[in-house]
Amino acid sequence: MSDDNQILEEFTSKEYEFGWTVDLEADEAPKGLNEDIIHFISAKKEEPQWLLEWRLKAFRMWQKMEEPEWANVNYPKVDYQDLIYYSAPKQKKKPKSLDEVDPELLATFERLGISLTEQKRLTGVAVDAVIDSVSVATTFKETLSELGIIFCSFSEAVQEHPELIKKHLGTVVPQSDNYFAALNSAVFSDGSFCYIPKGVRCPMELSTYFRINAANTGQFERTLIVAEEGSYVSYLEGCTAPQRDENQLHAAVVEIKAAKDAEVKYSTVQNWYPGDKNGKGGIYNFVTKRGICEGDNSKISWTQVETGSAVTWKYPSCILKGDNSQGEFYSVAVTNNYQQADTGTKMIHIGKNTKSRIVSKGISAGYSQNSYRGQVQVMKRATNARNFSQCDSLLMGDKCGAHTFPYIDIENSSAQVEHEATTSKIGEDQIFYCQQRGIDEESAVALIVNGYAKEVLNKLPMEFAVEAQKLLALTLEGSVG
Amino acid sequence: MKKFAGQSIIDKLSERFEASKQELTSNSTIADVRQKALNHLVENGLPHAKAEEYKFTNLTKALEKNISFEMNTERVSVSKEDVEKLRIEGLDAYYLTFINGEFNSEFSDEVTESGISFSPLSAAIQENNQLAGKLFDKLSKSTEDAFVAMNSLLANEGTVLEISANSEVSKPVFVQYINTKSSDIHAKNLIEVGANAKVTVIEKVDTLGAEPGFSNIVNEISVATGANAKFYKIENDTDTSYHISNIHVSQDKDSTFTSNTVALNGAMVRNNLDIKLEAEGCEAYMNGLYLLNGKTHVDNHTIVDHMMPNAYSNELYKGIMDDKSRGVFNGKIFVRKDAQKTNAFQSNKNILLTDDATVNTKPQLEIWADDVKCSHGCTTGQLDKDALFYLMARGIKKDRAMAMLLHAFASDVIENLELEPIQAYVEAIITSRLEK
Repeated sequence: MSDDNQILEEFTSKEYEFGWTVDLEADEAPKGLNEDIIHFISAKKEEPQWLLEWRLKAFRMWQKMEEPEWANVNYPKVDYQDLIYYSAPKQKKKPKSLDEVDPELLATFERLGISLTEQKRLTGVAVDAVIDSVSVATTFKETLSELGIIFCSFSEAVQEHPELIKKHLGTVVPQSDNYFAALNSAVFSDGSFCYIPKGVRCPMELSTYFRINAANTGQFERTLIVAEEGSYVSYLEGCTAPQRDENQLHAAVVEIKAAKDAEVKYSTVQNWYPGDKNGKGGIYNFVTKRGICEGDNSKISWTQVETGSAVTWKYPSCILKGDNSQGEFYSVAVTNNYQQADTGTKMIHIGKNTKSRIVSKGISAGYSQNSYRGQVQVMKRATNARNFSQCDSLLMGDKCGAHTFPYIDIENSSAQVEHEATTSKIGEDQIFYCQQRGIDEESAVALIVNGYAKEVLNKLPMEFAVEAQKLLALTLEGSVG
Repeated sequence: MKKFAGQSIIDKLSERFEASKQELTSNSTIADVRQKALNHLVENGLPHAKAEEYKFTNLTKALEKNISFEMNTERVSVSKEDVEKLRIEGLDAYYLTFINGEFNSEFSDEVTESGISFSPLSAAIQENNQLAGKLFDKLSKSTEDAFVAMNSLLANEGTVLEISANSEVSKPVFVQYINTKSSDIHAKNLIEVGANAKVTVIEKVDTLGAEPGFSNIVNEISVATGANAKFYKIENDTDTSYHISNIHVSQDKDSTFTSNTVALNGAMVRNNLDIKLEAEGCEAYMNGLYLLNGKTHVDNHTIVDHMMPNAYSNELYKGIMDDKSRGVFNGKIFVRKDAQKTNAFQSNKNILLTDDATVNTKPQLEIWADDVKCSHGCTTGQLDKDALFYLMARGIKKDRAMAMLLHAFASDVIENLELEPIQAYVEAIITSRLEK
């Protein structure tokens, strides 16, 4: 119990812990979005011609698209011409090893709690850190490459493994998929690429840390994970941003491909700046994440803890194409103050004997709106498909809202699909019980919320689970009573 | 001019409205409403293929293809036997029969009981009945649904029922619509249930002959303080009939409303049920059963809107889809900011018997109050293999065993139908279907 107390005390006086900026000299593109900017980004990254054309094609598609309005969120429209689409921390030359990296950058990551140095060996996490738009450092590269695993920044992969990128890029999330995916495809600046060869079990957690630092920039990273036959990888993603008054845009794309017998586990702790108590500022988090279980017996598992962002629009999905493939989605979404979240998943059952499981826990406090939007689709040929979905919402306070929009479309008679949802508040009797035993109200709430979210938190890798618990407490601080 | 979905239908409806304008706009209040409905249709069109509310049910396209929407003045004689056959055996009720959208006093019973007054809508409009002005296009609004607008534009007939305070109507009122033409009928029922009154209303729409027909019925039901109203809807029309029903209910303090919807046949059926719990202590029950075969397409959209505290709602919809049928369910529960201490439950269960049948379901919760207990559950599957095996191991043939299990599946909804003749009617249809 003392742990929980400590957590609360630690955060009582704080608003947003990661809300500092560092004066990093940045190399920026001019404001605005047009074909010249795309040429500029592509040239900066020294990209091959086909990739430039790929980007331009996406841009032309984007121009014809309209921003989607179906989500249950309200926000002032983004002026896409008022954004900077490329911002890179300035470095004199490419660092060969960590010693050559800008010390100020390294200090930034120390403050974030990510040590880029090889100390990480102890915790066994390989980190790729992306600041603003550019990947700044990747650790453990050599250890991984011995096993044939490629884990590097996206731009590096474009240079060194163009054949892999060309083969897989945009095959799960095509450029024309949606408005934000098209935008990302046109202007993405960096991200992570991960390739696990046949039969390799990645010995450590792979991790990417994203941070938006410069003002007025949009961050558009792209992650591509390819798991070949019989491989396994667990991948973590974390995000923070400084506190700013204006809204910033984050439109990322994540693509996962799992071949026969492969398993990919993708965990996110999303803690972008959520805006202040009056709903001013904060990140717009418009993300497209999708995985495809291409081969038989493959498995993709999404785990997310969403505590940040002013507006979240995110639906990590699984296409279960291979027979016996499995998709999982575990989510805790916490909204406080004026945050809005519209998040959920899509499970598309195509192969035979496919299974999916959805566990979504929403917690809304303050004036926030929290929506679960999901789809379970069982195609005609997907015999013996099985799905279980559970979406629970917890309301704290009478100004917030919790919404559930599950779509269930079944075309096969052997499918077994179950969905259940509940909405409730923390019981007075539960709090009373805790108080009787000398636990104050705020700690009691933290305790109950942690218990409520435990099912999802348990799915997170160890280091992340601790961080996620603290984040939960931090986000809900002051929302009781 | 911009072309909308269903433009050809709207053009024909406007023509028809102009042609019978004199008759339709004799009452100035209603004339206004009709004009507004027309404007709404002309400006917005009918629901297009991607409209969220009609996503799985493209009624506009089906109507464009199958229904002429021509004005039809020919008269077809309907025999007493035809009418009787379409009623429910053994059900003692006040039968009110409308043939091709016109009230037929010959086949109808006279409602003589004190405490209940009936008049056909056309007469009510002529006489400037206060209820017609009060409810017509008020609970269900033209601006909210294009088919309501279509109804408000053309409906000149229907049932106006007024149950005075504290009266308990001794037997159910059975409203029967019979369509014999290959065209469309639009009818509106306006029902006011006075304080502490009790009434049961049953509605059934049928088509005679194999020609495709379209019926568009709107019910506006106002339930006063402490009243108890029950509404049954039985849909067992021909294979070529299209039907849309809009039932809009407003409930006052401590009132109870029960809706029972049984969909058994038709080409495409769409039911919109919208219950507003406008005061404290309301109770709403929604039961639905859809038992489909052939190419029948049934879409149930329900909304229960908790606006004030301490209300209770309970919804149970079950469906069995056979052959190439499709069942759609969308249940919305809204709990507004003021509606603390709300209890709302919803359950939707489906069984698919073939791989050509489809189910699309979307149970939706939207909650803005914190001190509530709300839950929904939804399952889709097939019959329990273990149960089937158990029965077969005891020498029961597979078909018979399946029939028993399907009966059991549907039984809790059927038990909620309190009128025995209706229970027997539904049971008989299930049995005959399963024996096939």
